Amino acid sequence: MGSKVTKAPKIKANRLSFPERIGNAFSAFAKRFVDGSLGTKLSHFIFGAGNFYHKQYMKGFLFLLIQAGILALMIFCPSINGTPYGWKALQNLSLRNVSDGGDFDPLTGQFTSGSDCKLMVLFGFVTIAMIVIYFLVWNLNIASSYKSDMDRKVGKKPSTFREDLRDLLDGKFHVLMLTPTCIAATLFTILPTIFMIALAFTTYNQQDMNDLGTNLFHWNGLQNFRAVFTGEGSLGVEIHARFLPVLGWTFIWAIFATLTCYFGGIILALLINKKGLKGKKLFRTVFILTVAVPQFISLLAVRNLLGQYGPINSMLMDLGLTAAPIGFLGLNPSDSEMLAKVMVIIINMWVGIPYTMLMTSGILMNIPADLYEAARVDGASTVKMFFKITLPYVIFVTTPYLISSFIGNINSFNSIFLLTGGGPTYTGYQAGGTDLLVTWLYKVTIDQGSYNTGAVIGIFTFLITATITLITYRRSKAYNEEDTFQ
Amino acid sequence: MSTTKKKRVASQSRNRRVSLGVTYAILIVLGIIWLIPLVWIALSAFRCQYQPDGTFIGRVTSNFFPTGFGFKNFTDLITGTFYGVPKAFPRWMLNTLIIAAVDCVISTFLVLSVAYCMSKLRFKLRKPFMNLSMVIGLFPSFMSMIAIYFLLKSIGLTGNPAHPEYSVIGLVLAYSAGAGLGFQVAKGFFDVIPNALVESAKLDGCTNFQIFRRIILPLAKPIIIYQALMSFTGPWMDFIFAKVIIGADNAAYWTVSVGLYSMLFGTHPDTNLFTQFAAGCVIVAIPIVTLFMFLQKYYVEGVTAGAVKG
Repeated sequence: MGSKVTKAPKIKANRLSFPERIGNAFSAFAKRFVDGSLGTKLSHFIFGAGNFYHKQYMKGFLFLLIQAGILALMIFCPSINGTPYGWKALQNLSLRNVSDGGDFDPLTGQFTSGSDCKLMVLFGFVTIAMIVIYFLVWNLNIASSYKSDMDRKVGKKPSTFREDLRDLLDGKFHVLMLTPTCIAATLFTILPTIFMIALAFTTYNQQDMNDLGTNLFHWNGLQNFRAVFTGEGSLGVEIHARFLPVLGWTFIWAIFATLTCYFGGIILALLINKKGLKGKKLFRTVFILTVAVPQFISLLAVRNLLGQYGPINSMLMDLGLTAAPIGFLGLNPSDSEMLAKVMVIIINMWVGIPYTMLMTSGILMNIPADLYEAARVDGASTVKMFFKITLPYVIFVTTPYLISSFIGNINSFNSIFLLTGGGPTYTGYQAGGTDLLVTWLYKVTIDQGSYNTGAVIGIFTFLITATITLITYRRSKAYNEEDTFQ
Repeated sequence: MSTTKKKRVASQSRNRRVSLGVTYAILIVLGIIWLIPLVWIALSAFRCQYQPDGTFIGRVTSNFFPTGFGFKNFTDLITGTFYGVPKAFPRWMLNTLIIAAVDCVISTFLVLSVAYCMSKLRFKLRKPFMNLSMVIGLFPSFMSMIAIYFLLKSIGLTGNPAHPEYSVIGLVLAYSAGAGLGFQVAKGFFDVIPNALVESAKLDGCTNFQIFRRIILPLAKPIIIYQALMSFTGPWMDFIFAKVIIGADNAAYWTVSVGLYSMLFGTHPDTNLFTQFAAGCVIVAIPIVTLFMFLQKYYVEGVTAGAVKG
C-alpha cells in the first residue's frame, strides 16, 4: 500500500493528453535537429552518418545497411511468384491495374497467369510494415547520434560497439529478449490478422470468381457487412438467414458450456477431496485421462460410440427403447437439432469438468480451515457451508478463469467440429444447427473459399470477445493493479 | 461424557460413513462413465472380428466388447499404405515428433523471454505491448490461419512442388512464431517471484541477463516444464492447422493427427479403417498420457497460475 501512495503523483505526471504528447514529440524532434552536431543533422538523411561522425563505425554501418536494404527493396521491387514488393506493391494495393492474364485452364476453370490479387494485398501490407520499420530505424539512428553528442558535451566518450552489445545484456535486455517475438509475431500473427481483416472489404470469394471466370477480386467497401443485415450478394442470403441463429447459439453454448463445466468441476473436486476418502489418486487419474488424451481422439471416440451403428444405439434398440437408431449428434439433416445441442453440451462436460477439477483442487485446499471450524461450531450444514464459504471463495479467486473460459468457449472449435461437424445441416446453407461462429468461419473459408465472408464472421467474433473482455477484464483488480500486485 | 453427547457423536460418525459411502458410489459411477469411450477405443484397437466369409471387419460395430482379439490392426496400420504413401503411419509419427520437438524448444524460449521482460523489466513500450498481444489474442486463430498459409506458400515453405518437405518447416513456423504472445501464464508465475530478489542482485552488480540466467531461470523450472509440455503436446493434438498448412495432397508430410482424422473423414474416408484408426489413437495416446501423468504437477501449477492471475 505504501508504495502505491508514493507512486501516485508520478503516474499523474506521466499522463499527458494525446495532443500534448504529439506536441512534445515534435518539439523534441526539432530540438534534436537544431542542437545536434553536423553528424546528427546528416543522420536525418543518411542513416548512420552521425555514428560515423562519432567514430562508431560498426553501428553506423549497420544503420546504413538497413537503410540501403529497405530503399533497394522499395525501388527495385523484387517479385515473388510474379507479385512485386516495394513501391509497385503499394500501387497494387489499390487492386486497380490488374489483369487475368491469358492462360485460362479450362480443366480447373482457373487462370494460371495474371495478377494474384491476394498476394498483392499481402505484399502491400508487408511493404507498409517495412516503411514503418524504416521510420522507426530512422528515428533510432538520430537518437543514437544525438546521445553521442550529449555524451561528448558532458565530456564522456561515445559508447563503443562492444559497450553497446554489452548493454543489450543489461539496460537494453528487453530489446534483445523481445526482438525475436516482435519479428516472428509481426510476420505470422499480426500481418495475417490485418490481411484477413482487409479481405472483409473485398470481393474475394472463390466460388463467385470461378462463376465469373476470373482470378481477380476488388475492394468493395462495407458491402459484405451490409450483406449480413440485408441479405444482398451471392452468399448474402445464407449469411443473413443464419447469422442471428448462429450468434444466439454461440452465446447459449458459451454460457452453458462454461457454467456446467465450472460448477461440475468444483463439485467433482469437492467429492474427490472429501476427508477420509481413499483412492483419491486413482479417482483423479481416471478423470484426468480425458484431459491428457488428445481431444481429436476422445471426441471422435464419443462420436462413433454414439453413431448410427455404434454400441449405444444398438443397446438402446436391443432394450426396445427405440425402434430406429437415434441421431444424437445431428449427423443427418433429419436429426433433431435440439438433441444435438443438448448432447454437445453434455459431452463437453465430459471433457471440461476434469479440467476445472484439476484447477480448483488446489484452490479448495487453500481455503482457511478455521472458516469451516467456525461455521461448524455455529451448527451450519454441509450444504450451507458449500454455498456460504466454498463457492464464494472459489468464485472470487477464479473470476479471471471464468471470463477466459467463456471466451475460450465462444472460440471452441474442437468440441463442435469433431462431434457434430456443425450438423444437423440445412440444405443450401453452410451453417448447421450446432455451428458456432468459429466453425462457420472455418467452413466458409476453408471449404467454400469465401474469404471475404469468413473475414466478416471473424471480425464479428472479435467484436464480441473484445467487448466482453473490455467490460470485465479491464475492471478487474488483476489488470488495474497489475503493477502493484506483485 | 453424557449419554446425549455420546449419541450425537455416534450419529455424526454414522452420518459421515453414509455420506462417504454415497461419495464413493457417485465417484465410481462417474468414473465408469468417464472411462467408457476411452476403454471402447482401446478395445476396438485390439478387435479382430471376421465376417462369415472371412473378411475382416474394420468398421464400427454394435458390440461394445469385441468377440476376437489380436494385433492385426496395429500391424496393418504400421505397414500399410495410405493415400499412396507406403508405411505412412510411421512417417506421420516421425513428422509429428520432429515438429513437436522443434516447436517445443522455440516456443518455450520465446514465451520465457517475453514473460520475463513483461514481469520483471520496466520499459516504455511495456504496457502497449501487453495490450496489443491481448487484442491480437482475441481474434479467432482460424482467421489468420489461411493468411499464414498464403504467406508460407509465397515463400515456398508449403505447397512447394519441388520441395514438399519444406512444409514441415512452414508448420513449425506457424506453430511457434506467435508463441511469444501467449506469455500470460508464465508472466503470472514470474510475478510471484519477489522483486526484492531481483533488486538485491542488481545492487550486487548483476546485469539483467545475469539475473535472468542465475536467479530467475533456476526458480522457473515448473513453468519451463509447463510451457514445454504444452508446446510439445500441441502438434499431437492439433489437426486443423496442420491440415490447412501442409495441405490435403501432401500426405507424406502430414502429422499423425491429420492422418488419423483423414482415415475417417478425409478425401477418401474408409469406414472399414475404424479399428486401425483406433490402433493409431492408442499409439498416439500412450506416450502423451504418460508424459502428462508424469508432469501432472507442473501442469496443474501452470493452469492454476494462469487461471487465478488471469
